[in-house]
Amino acid sequence: MKIAIASGKGGTGKTTLATNLSSYLAEFHPLVLVDLDVEEPNSGLFIHGELIHSEDTFKKIPIWDKNKCTLCGLCQEVCNFHSVIKLGNQIMVFPELCHGCYACSELCPDEALPMISEKMGELKYYETGSFSFVESKLDIGQEQAVPLIAQTIAYVEKTFPDDIVKLYDSPPGTSCPVIEATKTADLIILVTEPTPFGLHDLKLAVATMRELKKRFAVVVNRYGIGNDDVLTYCNGEDIHILAKLPNNRKIAELYSRGSLVYKEIPEVERELEKIAIYILNMKVRVKK
Amino acid sequence: MKEIVVVSGKGGTGKTSVTASLSFLGGKDVVTADCDVDAADMHLLLNPDFAYVEDFYSGVIAKIDQDTCISCGKCAQVCRYDAIQVDDGIHTVIPLDCEGCGYCARICPETAITMKEQNVGKWYISTIKTGGIMVHARLGIGAENSGKLVARVKNEVKKIAGESGIDIILVDGSPGIGCPVVSSLSGADFVVLVTEPTVSGLHDLKRVHELVKKFNIKSGCIINKADLNPEIADLIKVFLGKEDIIHLADLPYDETFTKAMTMGQTIIEYKESSLKKDIAECWQKIKHIIYI
Ligand code: SF4
Ligand code: SF4
Ligand code: SF4
Ligand code: SF4
Repeated sequence: MKIAIASGKGGTGKTTLATNLSSYLAEFHPLVLVDLDVEEPNSGLFIHGELIHSEDTFKKIPIWDKNKCTLCGLCQEVCNFHSVIKLGNQIMVFPELCHGCYACSELCPDEALPMISEKMGELKYYETGSFSFVESKLDIGQEQAVPLIAQTIAYVEKTFPDDIVKLYDSPPGTSCPVIEATKTADLIILVTEPTPFGLHDLKLAVATMRELKKRFAVVVNRYGIGNDDVLTYCNGEDIHILAKLPNNRKIAELYSRGSLVYKEIPEVERELEKIAIYILNMKVRVKK
Repeated sequence: MKEIVVVSGKGGTGKTSVTASLSFLGGKDVVTADCDVDAADMHLLLNPDFAYVEDFYSGVIAKIDQDTCISCGKCAQVCRYDAIQVDDGIHTVIPLDCEGCGYCARICPETAITMKEQNVGKWYISTIKTGGIMVHARLGIGAENSGKLVARVKNEVKKIAGESGIDIILVDGSPGIGCPVVSSLSGADFVVLVTEPTVSGLHDLKRVHELVKKFNIKSGCIINKADLNPEIADLIKVFLGKEDIIHLADLPYDETFTKAMTMGQTIIEYKESSLKKDIAECWQKIKHIIYI
């Protein structure tokens, strides 16, 4: 059972929902929370646990072997990303631009561009006592989130059993990193706010989910602020609203300190219960 | 020409509302660019007329011609992204998985694979409600290369500013620390960091500042919702002092931002508020800084 929490843009309360829902759901079912927002992983700030495992993550890039190279220039010609360039009698590789396709390396007639590993980020696995938590962080200067997201998902699939609930905190937006993060999910929870920005970004996220033919539902955060346009839109489009988290300065304050919200605000707990019931029912159906 | 880029590390700090307010204050003296192409929202406040539209093509994806393909399987073997699926001997490309590396096309013995340019979005030149000009864009679903679209928007905005003799470019930058934000920052004269006093706000501020430092650009910081958590606000100020970031303003936790947004307005147009005064002062400060 894989659930991804996503939003059209950042700052709609995705992390708040992910961390609170994990902690709440874990009371009923074994769970792993995975922070796939690798450019800005934040869930870890709310979660304190024992570090079980930590590893550097790598991507493959070519490295030039001067002694073997005959300067034929083929590598520069095959690289669609301009990450290997022939400059005079030198071959230069730009690792930040390399997509690791292996074309230059395998097509080089003289085996002068072997692929080596370059560090792109770090993965950490914690146990909190009630649930497991995995986060990955992209190194500053690394530009491509997708390979790290893919490796993190692969690590989670290999490390945890199939019947555990896997909750993915996805990156914001509608471009490749989100697609990578939501690709294998059984359900995507789209978090939005009842404001014009929220509605605009929700529509893009919904279009993305429909394009990917994904099952999704909506959680409205800061309910009470703004207007009712998001609700009207969801009703009109037949989109299920799982829960409405209230707008409340107290929540913002708890969040600002990195505290879990539902333990102090019963209204939030009631809304989380609705989401939990939906997920656990769905799990039973998926099993059958 | 001076280029001011507003960034925040992560969304939800009020970056776009602040940028739109600065754009409103700048009026016809600034050209505005929305480089948050993934979640381009500024148009909801600035009312652009979408007068000029152009498709944006970037990157390529593979396409297999079934008439020439002999199902040898070589393409699927070399593809590092599992983007070629084989169904009953028929080889097809999964567009969302294809990175466009072109390796398959190069080695296909029958030259059955062609690389096709992709339409990844649109960009626009508009006149906005202040009479000023804005360049903005919309990225297609699952599109890559938002960094390139950002670069395109920035090039256009520079051209327009140059041609019309407007001296200030105001950019709503992309979130994160990846490729789009790198494109947003390149060439900037001054960076405005918008943050909030939360554990994650401080964390993201530090990460995005690391990046700004690499570019060696002068920066200032607006702490939004500063009264939400005075302790963290203080930590942020200590950080700003240590890193030589100018503290531009403290804005209060105020739902006026959302109320104005619901009316499709910037804070500046919305009824009198202390926020309005604070942001106006902030704009004066920024202008002062970029001209010394
Ligand atoms: S393809 Fe190989 S031999 Fe040719 S220039 Fe590149 S590295 Fe050198
Ligand atoms: S591995 Fe691919 S992307 Fe990287 S340098 Fe070689 S050809 Fe370019
Ligand atoms: S390499 Fe060319 S001929 Fe062989 S399966 Fe792929 S497309 Fe068909
Ligand atoms: S272009 Fe590259 S990524 Fe796309 S199908 Fe061919 S080998 Fe795979």
